[in-house]
Amino acid sequence: MNQFQYARPSKQKTAIEAIAKDPNAQFIAGGTNLIDLMKRGVMAPEKLIDINRLPLRKIEKENNGVRIGALALNSVVAEDKLILERHPLLAQALKSGASAQLRNMATVGGNMMQRTRCPYFYDTAMPCNKREPGTGCGAMEGFNRMHAIFGFSDKCIAVNPSDMNVALVALDASVLVAGPKGERRIPFIEFHRLPGDNPEVHTNLQKGELILSVDIPDGPYTKHVHYLKVRERASFAFALVSVAAALDIDGSTIKSARLAMGGVAHKPWRLTEAEKTLVGKPVSEASFQQAAEVAMRGAKAFEHNAFKLILGPNSIVQALKTAAGIA
Amino acid sequence: MADDKHCGGASEEQHSCSKHNEARRDFLKHSSLLTALALTPSAAVKAAENSWDEKLAEKFEQVRVTLNINGEKNKLSIEPRVTLLDLLREQLNLTGTKKGCDYGQCGACTVHVDGERINSCLTFAVMLEGKKITTIEGLADGTDLHPMQAAFIKHDGFQCGYCTPGQIMSAVACIREGHANSEEEVREYMSGNICRCGAYPNIVNAILEVKNGGQKV
Repeated sequence: MNQFQYARPSKQKTAIEAIAKDPNAQFIAGGTNLIDLMKRGVMAPEKLIDINRLPLRKIEKENNGVRIGALALNSVVAEDKLILERHPLLAQALKSGASAQLRNMATVGGNMMQRTRCPYFYDTAMPCNKREPGTGCGAMEGFNRMHAIFGFSDKCIAVNPSDMNVALVALDASVLVAGPKGERRIPFIEFHRLPGDNPEVHTNLQKGELILSVDIPDGPYTKHVHYLKVRERASFAFALVSVAAALDIDGSTIKSARLAMGGVAHKPWRLTEAEKTLVGKPVSEASFQQAAEVAMRGAKAFEHNAFKLILGPNSIVQALKTAAGIA
Repeated sequence: MADDKHCGGASEEQHSCSKHNEARRDFLKHSSLLTALALTPSAAVKAAENSWDEKLAEKFEQVRVTLNINGEKNKLSIEPRVTLLDLLREQLNLTGTKKGCDYGQCGACTVHVDGERINSCLTFAVMLEGKKITTIEGLADGTDLHPMQAAFIKHDGFQCGYCTPGQIMSAVACIREGHANSEEEVREYMSGNICRCGAYPNIVNAILEVKNGGQKV
């Protein structure tokens, strides 16, 4: 591993100043992805700013919603009373991610900032436009079983690996960040980006900005929710496809729905058109099939991931049925 | 001269040996020059960084930290890039904690920090100042095995034993967290610990017995 400078500020301002002036500096919180990448030589920050002493761990009620501090641990959020009561979808997604040990280390902000697990990104002997712009994409014509079916570009077909992100994008969360010029709020759906021509940029967080919290507005999605994760073993594996489904049901009619997919795109993939088709429909497999069909419009597979074109809609239907209690 | 003696043998050999020595001396000269360059901290950077109100370790600096491990305070000098796992094994001779994958995927390195299980391979030791670290060596009460250790022996919860310290540390935490209420739950919450011998059924039995026995873990 490369050597680096290490600093441990206890003030937000100091942390932001430290990162803003140094292009090769990185924040470190849980370190579960960063240390992994540093060991493999994928990342080699010159300086690590340890932000664990900043007071950003609280989970609290705030302005018709819940505010989750950026340093709240994944395991803590997943078992938090307020989260279980108001946003059980998020708790389910978090529990499906990683292992108990990793969830005890990983923070909410760090989970958002984690990098793709594309094997070409991880293997420094391979070409990868995300790791080394201009070297090409090894996955495009290589092993692309885990890769995107939506929103990819001719530069990158990697997917965002997070489960938490899928639930947060479905729940209309937003992200509060602070930078040298002050605070700003980013809708969660705009936090991560599509690869386009510069896949090396994986979020819209600007240089020098620190994530302070993720805020989720209160909503009706407290009961009929389900996070379905399909993976190659029963636990502790990244999703091939995952679905976050939330329904507001009145009698047997769907009042509103929230739907998002993981493992299919460079960012957590919100399915707003499919959500719209569900409004006013009866709770039935036919309604869910129709939504799944709409959701999959525009999907395109590569050599090894064509199964996602079938697994995707099936997972959507299954997640919605489970959320509605008719599985 | 000592080197020549070490080469020993016939004159031809001696000749080639001294040639090697010349090459080696050249190499050493070059490499020590490189080392010297690498060890020079950038004065400008240092001056700017020292204005921070907080602790800062330069790239090549050994940082002094005090770490509480198994109830003992250890005053240490470590580089910031040293993981807790490497510190335990290489500097403190606490080799009970195992290095399996070194990437957080196998769980062999599981230890407790402030009572919570973590992967010590993905943790820089310097970040743990002020925390309470417990390793497998700190689990037993003197010569009395921890109930989980005893249960692993009773149920044959291992074959080669390499994953066992991590399994046991994880298993203790699993019960403390309240995630050992059924076989299914134990399997889910123990998924961060891989056993290549496949002792899973016995590991699950050991954990459930300790849980259902109601002993304090």
